[in-house]
Amino acid sequence: MSDQPRTLAEKLWDAHLVRAGGDEPDLLYIDLHLVHEVTSPQAFDGLRAAGRPVRRTDLTIATEDHNTPTDNLFSIVDPVSQTQLETLRKNCAEFGVRLHPLGDDEQGVVHVVGPQLGLTQPGMTVVCGDSHTSTHGAFGALAFGIGTSEVEHVLATQTLTQRPPKTMAVTVDGVLPEGVSAKDLILAVIAKAGTGGGIGHVVEYRGEAIRALSMEGRMTVCNMSIEWGAKAGLIAPDETTFAYLEGRPHAPKGEAWDEAVAYWRTLPTDEDAVFDAEIVIDAAELTPFVTWGTNPGQGVPLGAVVPDPSVYTDPVQRGAAERALEYMALTPGTAMRDVDVDVVFVGSCTNGRIEDLRNAAEVLRGRKVADGVTMMVVPGSARVRAQAESEGLHEIFREAGADWRFAGCSMCLGMNPDKLAPGARSASTSNRNFEGRQGPGGRTHLVSPQVAAATAVAGHFAAPADLV
Amino acid sequence: MEKFTVHTGTAAPLRRSNVDTDQIIPAEYLKRVSRTGFADGLFKAWRDDPTFVLNQPAHATATILVTGTEFGVGSSREHAVWALQDQGFRAIVAPRFGDIFRGNALKGGLLPVELPSEAVEWLWDALDADPALAVTVDLEAREVRAGERSWSFPLDDFSRWRLLEGLDDIGLTLRHEADITAFEGARPSRLPRTQAA
Repeated sequence: MSDQPRTLAEKLWDAHLVRAGGDEPDLLYIDLHLVHEVTSPQAFDGLRAAGRPVRRTDLTIATEDHNTPTDNLFSIVDPVSQTQLETLRKNCAEFGVRLHPLGDDEQGVVHVVGPQLGLTQPGMTVVCGDSHTSTHGAFGALAFGIGTSEVEHVLATQTLTQRPPKTMAVTVDGVLPEGVSAKDLILAVIAKAGTGGGIGHVVEYRGEAIRALSMEGRMTVCNMSIEWGAKAGLIAPDETTFAYLEGRPHAPKGEAWDEAVAYWRTLPTDEDAVFDAEIVIDAAELTPFVTWGTNPGQGVPLGAVVPDPSVYTDPVQRGAAERALEYMALTPGTAMRDVDVDVVFVGSCTNGRIEDLRNAAEVLRGRKVADGVTMMVVPGSARVRAQAESEGLHEIFREAGADWRFAGCSMCLGMNPDKLAPGARSASTSNRNFEGRQGPGGRTHLVSPQVAAATAVAGHFAAPADLV
Repeated sequence: MEKFTVHTGTAAPLRRSNVDTDQIIPAEYLKRVSRTGFADGLFKAWRDDPTFVLNQPAHATATILVTGTEFGVGSSREHAVWALQDQGFRAIVAPRFGDIFRGNALKGGLLPVELPSEAVEWLWDALDADPALAVTVDLEAREVRAGERSWSFPLDDFSRWRLLEGLDDIGLTLRHEADITAFEGARPSRLPRTQAA
């Protein structure tokens, strides 16, 4: 098997096979299981009912993020939310799982917490009851979201039954133009491939433009793999990965570090390995991007206009576009730069890391959020918040008139008090523009942190270069 | 898990593609810690519309949902499956499903049935013409039948067997516990552990 050239995805798969063959799906070992309050209570109930323990508490870690307030750390208004958080606390105490609750120094969005602790490393398998687990693929780890039944399965067995996915390469050649970010890149990929383009595939992002991205940028790209249906997103580990990891609390140390790096260097896709599919993108053609519709594939360059549904030859796509425009209250032909926003949200597992906040702050420095626009900046974790404050970013946000908040999923998903009002329009650095995603009737446009900040200043969609 | 062998029931045509998990059940409804009681959140944004298919008496008790491509894309929330089951659905027919939703549905015994677009459109038209049309989803034969028509659908042998027998996934995996323990014995010690470093 090892003589055949293999892709990174295939190497990761092979290295985690507990058993394969016969009439059953492969049984895959899971190196790290991340847990949060929303998709775990029924799984712990299942363990209790069957009298099963958590097999590997030492490979399991929990945090509170989806359901938590971000305006304070202590007052949870909704009793149902309170119950869900208390249920996680009780379950973690009973089963012996490490938990970082609201108010803890390591609390935060689960996909920000794992990497910043150094728990996410190349060559691992990482799962979580959350579709944006694909984020961790940025390290060259096979990482994917699972449902609650599978959460219970991993808690009980530290394995999952899986069928080998197909592989796809997304090759981004060339250099990203000035002002074009990882978020713009992935939004352009999704617009090109469509929301179902990746279904059944593990996608490896490669090429010069990917190699040039920071770890934060790579996480943004891999995070949104699920938005075009991919099972997982991957980026091969390299010096950028190693530099990010070295010295983090759970990264290997001393001899173990050298041993680990030597292994990690064997992971990249072999030269002659074959992917089942490939998409090639020229980085030089990319520009800041913005979505206009109600799925992440409905996006255009910031300089474009709202498309006319009649340009779609596929009746399914045309129907979806017509419905999206009605929901979004947009007229074909309107320049995206002429669309005004009410709310700007910077945060989430897609763009809530320190580099994202620095990028937004750089645009806001010395400027003001436009009248009538509300801007929220929500760090992805308590650590990110502390880091941002040590750099004075919170002062820049506050002086610009933005609201500087505590860590959590916040307005990404309309589950906690941070919601978009019915009919309100947002520029959001999150990952989903589905109908009602940020609150019933809310209208979401996905953008990068730079575009979000520029839009907050202009009051309508704008790139930093548009600001005087 | 309830066994699934052959199910015959009425079907509801949901003429939409890309019905994501936020449409199936919004996040607001995911705060509960139970496995049941999610029907009130199902298709929440559409339930106030009297023309919505499930609000029509002829389709209100349908047990099969016939819908457009890429059903269940989006989040990993298994609550989407539970809400559909709480509403009474046993099978969802669509040209293509989001991967995680499809996996969740198979775990919980809600059968995801992949039929070509032409079949879905035939069913939509047939159900509009006759809302009482009986539709049969036959897992034994991996076949859907309605009126004079029939279509086969793909499902791997293992998933089919699990559903036919109504077997507990974890119990099946634990038959291989010795393999898991052997694998664990060979894992490099440098791999991270979650205890405070």
